[in-house]
Amino acid sequence: MRSFTYERASSPAEAAAAASAEGAKFIAGGTNLLDLMKLEIETPTHLIDVNDLALDRIETTPEGGLRIGALVRNTDLAADERVRRDYGLLSRALLAGASGQLRNKATTAGNLLQRTRCPYFYDTNQPCNKRQPGSGCAAIGGFSRQHAVIGASEMCIATHPSDMAVAMRVLDATVETVRPDGTARSIPIAEFHRLPGDTPHVENALIPGELITAVTLPRPVGGTHIYHKVRDRASYAFALVSAGAIVQRDGTGHIALGGVAHKPWRVEAAEAELPRGAKAVAEQLLADAKPTQENAFKLPLVERTLAAVLAEART
Amino acid sequence: MRFDTPATTNPIDQLKIVGKPTDRIDGPLKTTGTAPYAYEWHDVVPNQAYGYVVGSAIAKGRIASIDLTKARAAPGVLAIVTAENAGKLGKGDWNTAKLLGGPDIQHYHQAIALVVAETFEQARAAAQLVRVDYIRAQGAFDLASAKDSAIVPDGATPDTAVGDFASAFASAPVELDATYTTPDQGHAMMEPHASIAAWDGDKLTLWTSNQMIAWSTGDMAKTLGIPKENIRLISPFIGGGFGGKLFVRSDAVLAVLGARAARRPVKVALARPFMFNNTTHRPATIQRIRIGATRDGKITAIGHESWSGDLPGGGPENAVQQTRLLYAGANRMTATRLAVLDLPEGNAMRAPGEAPGLMALEIAMDEMAEKLDIDPVEFRILNDTQVDPENPDRRFSQRQLVECLRIGAERFGWKTRGVRTGRVREGRWLIGVGVAAGFRNNLLTTSAARVRLDHRGVVTVETDMTDIGTGSYTIIAQTAAEMMGVPLDKVVVRLGDSIFPVSAGSGGQWGANNSTSGVYAACVKLREAVTQKLGFNSAEALFEDGNVRLGSRSVSLAEAAGEAGLVAEDAIEYGNLAKQYQQSTFAAHFVEVGVDVATREIRVRRMLAVCAAGRILNPKSARSQVIGAMTMGVGAALMEELAVDKRHGFFVNHDLAGYEVPVHADIPHQEVVFLDETDPISSPMKAKGVGELGLCGVGAAIANAVYNASGVRVRDYPVTLDKLLSGLPEI
Ligand SMILES: Cc1cc2nc3c(=O)[nH]c(=O)nc-3n(C[C@H](O)[C@H](O)[C@H](O)COP(=O)(O)OP(=O)(O)OC[C@H]3O[C@@H](n4cnc5c(N)ncnc54)[C@H](O)[C@@H]3O)c2cc1C
Ligand code: SF4
Repeated sequence: MRSFTYERASSPAEAAAAASAEGAKFIAGGTNLLDLMKLEIETPTHLIDVNDLALDRIETTPEGGLRIGALVRNTDLAADERVRRDYGLLSRALLAGASGQLRNKATTAGNLLQRTRCPYFYDTNQPCNKRQPGSGCAAIGGFSRQHAVIGASEMCIATHPSDMAVAMRVLDATVETVRPDGTARSIPIAEFHRLPGDTPHVENALIPGELITAVTLPRPVGGTHIYHKVRDRASYAFALVSAGAIVQRDGTGHIALGGVAHKPWRVEAAEAELPRGAKAVAEQLLADAKPTQENAFKLPLVERTLAAVLAEART
Repeated sequence: MRFDTPATTNPIDQLKIVGKPTDRIDGPLKTTGTAPYAYEWHDVVPNQAYGYVVGSAIAKGRIASIDLTKARAAPGVLAIVTAENAGKLGKGDWNTAKLLGGPDIQHYHQAIALVVAETFEQARAAAQLVRVDYIRAQGAFDLASAKDSAIVPDGATPDTAVGDFASAFASAPVELDATYTTPDQGHAMMEPHASIAAWDGDKLTLWTSNQMIAWSTGDMAKTLGIPKENIRLISPFIGGGFGGKLFVRSDAVLAVLGARAARRPVKVALARPFMFNNTTHRPATIQRIRIGATRDGKITAIGHESWSGDLPGGGPENAVQQTRLLYAGANRMTATRLAVLDLPEGNAMRAPGEAPGLMALEIAMDEMAEKLDIDPVEFRILNDTQVDPENPDRRFSQRQLVECLRIGAERFGWKTRGVRTGRVREGRWLIGVGVAAGFRNNLLTTSAARVRLDHRGVVTVETDMTDIGTGSYTIIAQTAAEMMGVPLDKVVVRLGDSIFPVSAGSGGQWGANNSTSGVYAACVKLREAVTQKLGFNSAEALFEDGNVRLGSRSVSLAEAAGEAGLVAEDAIEYGNLAKQYQQSTFAAHFVEVGVDVATREIRVRRMLAVCAAGRILNPKSARSQVIGAMTMGVGAALMEELAVDKRHGFFVNHDLAGYEVPVHADIPHQEVVFLDETDPISSPMKAKGVGELGLCGVGAAIANAVYNASGVRVRDYPVTLDKLLSGLPEI
């Protein structure tokens, strides 16, 4: 870990302004950032602690949705009565992630911004375009069981590891931010995370110093909420594949996948196939899939997971 | 004390304290966080500096140059140790690769430097500033491709052959010829390797985390080229070892060199991402098993061949051992081959030999039972042997495998299982059950102890035995209390220090039986010292309730000890009984699993182990050992695999997020039954090893259960869901 300076910000605007300086970074729960700093994968020279910003509330919006403060802890969000009643998918996705201790620290914004779990990204002896642009990608041709099967590039085949983000994608959440110049904006979740392309180190739509203040959810849409996470052990493991779904009585609904791409993977056209069953949906969702030899199993696994989700929705 | 005739009745047989499910006497220290682990001896010497290890970024080749300029100039840096400035170093008998590499690099993350600084953070930051230029060399990293170049390893693993295996197998009416693989696995113990070293002139004190005090004191002396009398090694608490701490490792050697260079005590712990490639691991195996049998299920031919790899000078995984002893059959062969691989060094881990060997053999037995259309429990019983099949004059000292299988089948409800695969379903789960035999040898080795009796009647035991979380403190206290006739709270046990008499140490499940036998021997001597002092006839004196009694005379031990106290020291030394009798421990493992109909996720639902392993000294700590071992079996069967990058030659998933071991949610229900057994051939304690037995066979029982549930036979561990996905019907 490199040495760094540290400040506690007292207002969102102040935090964003301070963060525009070269080498500055926000720290929230620290459950991802600190690990990466210890390994010198992240080397901020200045940390802006956002924990004092009063962004830890969950409020009802005038439109009947929910506004979730950027610092609401994953545990609190999962336990919130309104979330459990109206957005069960979100609660279930959160509880499928990490462990109790981690969820007590992890925040809504930090969770969206957590970085990949590609093991080569974590080993600074290995080439990695995400960690060190232009150095190459050790995962391609290497150990890639966990990696992306769709939307990847020749520069990077990493996945986004968040469970919560999959739920947010299905729920059509909006990310609210403040930029260093003090202006606020709203970014639809669909546009928030990016595919790796030629710049796998650029993972989202935020500009340097931009602070997430909240994530808002539209009015609840009803339906059956399911989050199905598939993994080798029963708990405390990242998804091989996950599926978040809201299925209505008439068989229509929304669906997104985790563990398959550099972002939560949702294809609206595939949702039109929902009444026709898992196979049809999977075909649309994974139309351009390019798995590696080690992760080709994710394709049948996605279809079978979707089948399980649809079966559960019917019961 | 020489033990060369079977044990007769002795004070242990009273079983007033031994054999009781006593709580750990070190439990309160552990649960209150006050048991000091290696890195936590903050107060034993002042002025401790921190060392951080730099590991090689390549698997094989040479260091062209190291530039230390920036690291030296970093804040707080006191010294940097490299092979260039460390002086001449030897290599311990138990090490294969050098613990401080350079200029030649033997494996990935081989330690090549230690940066010592005032604080841990400074040392870690400066370590990142060490600039190294490497010249890479080609290495061999893939066992499957190196297999054909494998040779007969040096040392104690010759091929075996009895009868005429080839013809018997060729003419057997029913036969199986199958190949199984087990992957490289990491110990992944909770406490990483850690050491604090302090020099006082030419005398070295090392607080470390180590299973084998005497081996490691000797190897440290050899590495440094100093007399071992000048070294004191202290390791009373160990946060898990699993075979990874049988030896001196880089943390210890580098702490010592760092302390010499910085002229201050230095502490070093290996960072978690470093643990998997810097230390030892269980090597991968390829195993071919051939079994031939008559139509009614009698084995006529059994052959087991195993291939593994290691660095030059290393050794093989002895995966075929149990096949020499477990089942009858007139024609038999085993062979072990070793290939050169440039991966980190392989060595002992969690029941080496039998654990991976049974993972293969006991699937083969299941496959064979299916071919024969015989119940797998009955097939094993049918081929039981009470003698060493290679040498029928040699009986097993005790062998209750059949009883384990029968009792286990009864308790588990084996009869009600679905014989045909893939037929039992509960909701989203396909249910299956599996069985496997468990087998592990009982190893005998000399073990010494010293016992003191003081004027308060307190008995203090000193031995360099270690407690790696197993319960050694407690069973040693129980042994001394039983022998001396005092309650447990009158016994103090001091372990893990090289100034104490040399014990068996902890490994190969030999710790409990041998170390308590050493304590038994010392206590016999102490009893003689007491009776002699009192002028009692030692054969007739009774040690009870803190007193020694002879007829109507009774003297308290406190009084007998007097102001000066009494001391006795002795060792248990074994004669020829192990040659005359085969000594092994046996188990039957039963497992029920669920396989998700859709996703093929595999979850264990319940496990049962029935063990026959001599006298159980403490049923509570023995059960803890066995359920821990069963949990390791779940890891080995379903998830543990060090993923090899065959291009760059290293284990890629080198942290606990990538290397998965079971979590609580994976282990819903475990039951352990110990058969009532005493084995007077083994030792005066009439006990045997038990801990590792709990692991041996579990992996195969799970794989067999997965087959029973899903109909897919997986022969390559770990059994993960992707291996059950192909060729399945749509759902
Ligand atoms: C062992 C382990 C297992 C895990 N398992 C799972 C799992 O199964 N599923 C899963 O989904 N997750 C898992 N996680 C990840 C966990 O969810 C994340 O670490 C956590 O959500 C990050 O939140 P944080 O508040 O601690 O973020 P931090 O570590 O504080 O920050 C993460 C990033 O977000 C930035 N940031 C933080 N707040 C803001 C803000 N308001 N505006 C702009 N930028 C900000 C930081 O600068 C940093 O770059 C696991 C983590 C660990 C360590
Ligand atoms: S997949 Fe992406 S994160 Fe992983 S090594 Fe390649 S570039 Fe780096």
